[in-house]
Amino acid sequence: MAKPKRPTPKPARKAPPSKKQKPAARQAVKQPPRPKKAPKAAAKQAAKKTAPKRPADPFGEKALTQVFTELLRRAATSIPPDVLVALEKAREREEPGSVARDTFDVLIENTRLAKQDSRPICQDTGMPFFEVAIPRGISIGAIERAAVEATRQATKTGFLRPNSVDTLTNKNPGDGAGRGMPIVHVHEGKGKGLSVQLILKGGGSENVGTQSALPNVDLGADRDIDGVKKVVLEAIFNAQGKGCAPGVIGFCFGGDRANGYNEAKKQLFRKLDDTNPDPTIAAMEAELLEKGNLLGIGPMGYGGKTTLLGVKGSYLARLPACYFVSVTYMCWATRRAAVEVLPSGKTVYSQ
Amino acid sequence: MSAVKKLTTPLTPKAVRDLRKGDAVEITGTIVTGRDALHKLWIKGWPEYPDLTLRGSVLYHCGPVVRKEKDGWSMLAAGPTTSIREEPYEASVIAHYGFAGIIGKGGMGPKTLAALKEYGAVYLHAIGGAAQVLARKIVRVQGVRHLEEIGVPEAMWILEVKDFPCLVTMDSHGESLHEEVKKSSRAIFDELIGKKKAGAA
Repeated sequence: MAKPKRPTPKPARKAPPSKKQKPAARQAVKQPPRPKKAPKAAAKQAAKKTAPKRPADPFGEKALTQVFTELLRRAATSIPPDVLVALEKAREREEPGSVARDTFDVLIENTRLAKQDSRPICQDTGMPFFEVAIPRGISIGAIERAAVEATRQATKTGFLRPNSVDTLTNKNPGDGAGRGMPIVHVHEGKGKGLSVQLILKGGGSENVGTQSALPNVDLGADRDIDGVKKVVLEAIFNAQGKGCAPGVIGFCFGGDRANGYNEAKKQLFRKLDDTNPDPTIAAMEAELLEKGNLLGIGPMGYGGKTTLLGVKGSYLARLPACYFVSVTYMCWATRRAAVEVLPSGKTVYSQ
Repeated sequence: MSAVKKLTTPLTPKAVRDLRKGDAVEITGTIVTGRDALHKLWIKGWPEYPDLTLRGSVLYHCGPVVRKEKDGWSMLAAGPTTSIREEPYEASVIAHYGFAGIIGKGGMGPKTLAALKEYGAVYLHAIGGAAQVLARKIVRVQGVRHLEEIGVPEAMWILEVKDFPCLVTMDSHGESLHEEVKKSSRAIFDELIGKKKAGAA
């Protein structure tokens, strides 16, 4: 899923991980990319496209770094409105005076404080995952570099925790970036603008994700819709409260292992109150949401009526021999934000 | 919920034994953070901290967001991290350092539950993701250890807390709310998926 991108070997290069994180981060960021061809290339590209109107290139590395930094801040500190509504509804379902209801009170209060003070909802600010749709002819490299630089800046200002660990050396470079981190996927979109979807996914929830191959004898799960539902429900059961319940489930059946997970994760970009256009998948989502909540695991696994805030699914083609079911779990603090950057340079943020 | 029990660190053995699964508590005093890398570091060499009173103290599974200030550090976000990853080590850690409480989220397994009983300690569940509510209960950062070795999220932060809210989910008498919920949800899960094996018509 997370391919090593061009800018990421940098942390490795500044080998002696100097004692202070901040200056090190800064050096690593500013020096290498700038003198290279990036700005020129991006400028040239932009010039070709819409040069006459624009004072600065809104799709260039510099402008996008600013936009992405703000996007990271919003995602980390402000809960999407649909998630807040789901939390409030869940609170109402629990008995007054119960631990579950008190817990929802704290969760809701926590989101209020985070937004009010512009501070992270959760200290695990997660793995940033940018899904970017670009108009034709825009530099992908500029976008990737902007995402890395924005992650560094948001880490420096405390909107993100220094969350990247070099797995080979076990060192934390302190700047939030590393091999394959942040995750940046770029594809060509249909519009003239550039649109970005972002999730910040914490480690606790990532740990309870699963991938299995059907058939599964223990569960009595065959290679069919019914089998898929059993495997997803098992993942919800196994997660208990460990992924910070109540969670949002993204699932995908089919695909190869890598794309299956990725497709499952992309479901987390969806709003909780949307309806899947495919009636079969929509029915699976509704049934799994209902059954997941019947498990009674409740917020934090304390026991309660709401174990899940949502279930979102998709599927991909598969090889005849393969039938994977990939399940990803997002914690109650579903950190998600989006932005549309128009050719005029105007930005429209949403959650 | 019954009335909130106020606890002050270091906890006395009696205070610990009086706690029961389901009790809501608020902790005041000094606690230390520790998670994956620190547990690994501990079991490798059991470093000593002569200037800290760890016996009777409380260990918090937390990797905070902190900011360096002119005169110290401020905690920008500080909720619990998932505890189960420390399951292989926690019993030894409790035995060695004498922690009387472990704060975390998600609960721990049978090895830790047995250690809680043997050494007189409790597992205290804090609300996962409530990083703002909980950071406000930290009144001061007294210090930090191992920062250079393992970085901000993993370092051992020494914190002064006031009325830090938790729920006793595993007590020193062998009771675990997590086991209870797992058992009841297992029964429902089995019923929901049915007993039919794959391949059966």
